[in-house]
Amino acid sequence: MSKRKWQQLKETIIKYFFGINGVISILVLLGIFLFLTKTGLQSFEKISLSQFFLEKEWNPTSYNNPQWGILAMLTGTIYIALGSLVIAVPIGIATSIYLSEIASPIMRELLKPAIEMIAAVPSVVLGLFGLIFLVPIISTFFRISSGLNALSASILVAIMVLPTIISISEDIIREVPQEYKEASLALGATRWETIQKVILPVSASGIFASIMLGLGRAIGETMLVLIIAGNAQAFPKSFLDPVRPITANIAIEIKEVVTGDLHYQALFATGLLLFMITFTINLVSDIIIHKQLKNLNHEK
Amino acid sequence: MPKKIIKTENLNLWFANKKILKEINLEIVENKITAIIGPSGCGKSTFVRTLNRMNDLIPSCRITGNVHYKGKNIFSPETDVTNLRQNIGQVFQKPNPFPKSIFDNIAFGPRLYGEKNKDKLKNIVEESLEKVGLWKEVKNDLAKNALSLSGGQQQRLCLARTLATKPKVILMDEPCSALDPLSTAKIEDLMQNLKDITIVIVTHNMQQATRVSHFTGFFLMGKLIEFGETKDIFTKPQNKKTEDYISGKFG
Amino acid sequence: MKNNRILKEKIIFSFIKMAAFFSAITLVLIIGYVFIRGFKVISWQFLFQEVQQRDITKGGILQAIIGTIYLGIGTFFIAVPAGISSAIFLNEYIPDTKTSRVIRVAIRNLAGVPSIVYGLFGLAVFVQFFNLKTSLLSAILTLSSMTLPWIITASEESLKAVPFEFREAALAMGATNWQTIKKIVIPHSLPGMITGSILGLSRALGETAPIILVGATFYCRSLPTSVFDKFMALPYHLFILATQHAHPQAHEYALGTAIVLITIIYLMSLTAILIRYHLRKKKNA
Repeated sequence: MSKRKWQQLKETIIKYFFGINGVISILVLLGIFLFLTKTGLQSFEKISLSQFFLEKEWNPTSYNNPQWGILAMLTGTIYIALGSLVIAVPIGIATSIYLSEIASPIMRELLKPAIEMIAAVPSVVLGLFGLIFLVPIISTFFRISSGLNALSASILVAIMVLPTIISISEDIIREVPQEYKEASLALGATRWETIQKVILPVSASGIFASIMLGLGRAIGETMLVLIIAGNAQAFPKSFLDPVRPITANIAIEIKEVVTGDLHYQALFATGLLLFMITFTINLVSDIIIHKQLKNLNHEK
Repeated sequence: MPKKIIKTENLNLWFANKKILKEINLEIVENKITAIIGPSGCGKSTFVRTLNRMNDLIPSCRITGNVHYKGKNIFSPETDVTNLRQNIGQVFQKPNPFPKSIFDNIAFGPRLYGEKNKDKLKNIVEESLEKVGLWKEVKNDLAKNALSLSGGQQQRLCLARTLATKPKVILMDEPCSALDPLSTAKIEDLMQNLKDITIVIVTHNMQQATRVSHFTGFFLMGKLIEFGETKDIFTKPQNKKTEDYISGKFG
Repeated sequence: MKNNRILKEKIIFSFIKMAAFFSAITLVLIIGYVFIRGFKVISWQFLFQEVQQRDITKGGILQAIIGTIYLGIGTFFIAVPAGISSAIFLNEYIPDTKTSRVIRVAIRNLAGVPSIVYGLFGLAVFVQFFNLKTSLLSAILTLSSMTLPWIITASEESLKAVPFEFREAALAMGATNWQTIKKIVIPHSLPGMITGSILGLSRALGETAPIILVGATFYCRSLPTSVFDKFMALPYHLFILATQHAHPQAHEYALGTAIVLITIIYLMSLTAILIRYHLRKKKNA
């Protein structure tokens, strides 16, 4: 075989090597969606959609009258997701403004890795910390018998989503062209006025996207809420009630079900719901962020 | 004896350890146009950015010496930088309108100083755009995004935006380098018409300096080599280096 | 004379600073708390002896450490090559069409899907469909699926950062596609790809939810001898100690386990940073 032909063959082999790898990866990832959908949708042959979404009671193991309503758990998920954002958004945006516009270079070099290190703490460790440190404080402060509730979980989930909000917002704010800041300052604006009237409006959609990504993480968080949120299935009336978000419910029940029965399928249906919610949230933020970066680069 | 609005005394400036400006002593005459010329990297842009303290933005920047604006040291702790910049406006090399409407761009400064009255703002916007000859072109599009204007229009908008803050001095950092000849001519005309405003213009274009300015300073490697009336600098320079530069031996 | 606009700025800036320092102090508080309260259980015995089920204070956490290391090694050898070569395929070989863009966006967004969902997937596919049972192998494959999107996304970003001119220049000199990739593209993007992979892996090792579903167990008498055995892992061990263990000192031992887990994760991040630094220096030299 001539050298040239051998080289062509080699090129082809290598191309197929990468191709097969790529295709397998894509298939695996596609498989996630397919398996979830297939198993999850089977449950709707026996459970009506309205029962699933609108009923409060979830009691799959009742012999006579099993209940399949996820409303109470969904409310728990929403409580914690929104509660954590209420805490994390103001602190996160303020921190990203500080890092990108106010901090001295030395301060930034110190704070950035510190915040990135929070992102690296596994959620189970954060849960442990919360259980030992925060939960007793909450129960004493509100004079309730147990601090395992939606409020404690919201605070800890807020700590967990902070790095996401901070790092993405900071990236977006730093992309705002220097020319805008100079123009504003040269007109006699203070630094705060420049931030408020020029920088934040320009980066608003990107900051919004960072909040969405934080929301996606908060909805999907499992270990923290499993440890902290209290796991009660009753419909929560306030933030001081224990809740069982959808993620925690999967972790608690999946080990006790018989493969392939309705309970198993119903848990997959809740997993499918989580998948669709988080995937959509991520997709929307992804599109917003890319559009924003494109606009900012275009304007430069 | 013409009145001096800005005076620098033994002004030195470093970025980190690099000395950019060396012992600059220069006086800017009120309501006249002063051109700063010199090759790239001679410190001329840095010099004008010192006058309204825009170099504050650069953390590694260190300054010794004084700059007096109307007799007051701009580096003294009592100076209100925002007030200083309102009085000493700046037009940048590249047009930099905000990604906001034309109206909001012009109204930006007045709103900062607390002007909320809509009619007054409208008057200011019209007056400022009129001064730069843009009013007729955009009066029906005030709500349009300023970025939709052409480059020349954008630069005139930026000038109008600066005028809306009623500055006493305008610093122009190569304001025409990104513009076509026609737009350049328009900006030069405008400068001549702003009789009650002091203008300091940085330019690498010597024809522009001779066309528009009354005084010229020649910078080289961070030093002010020569300063005087424009006609003198260009016809009978005292310094050999100035002569070499204006005759095109380097640049 | 200072005006009240400047006063306003001062007030708002001090709030912003407070928020920023709150963010940073939270970290110091968490890490500090875990280390100070958990430190006293750390000992040679704790690190190198097997778990004593009857009394956790009598043994160590060796099986959990080894289990996590096995998981890490297994996931590394599956997810990193698969992820990097998929990224090369997506970025270098297939044309930039609408379909390929949809695939990329989908992969990028899979990176944000909750880990418990990957757990369900692993349970359905590896544990049941391929009948691997709840085992080390199922867990490795599940964590690999989860890390795959992270690694592909990080690798694609470093591949994109290679200037197009470099590729053009190589191709214009008559280099083949693979020669260009091997000589130009990979050397340039390797630091980013490796860093991204290690960071993804370190994140995976802290994950608890997926491995609960596919094979981690609270107690194994011995270390796994094959990939089909069940295994112990640090995050799950710590979870059980924290929530379901009756021993009065369970929380302290959970904190001790947390110290080991965090240390492993931070060491991996540090390695990633050092590798990036080293390779960058080599590249620039």
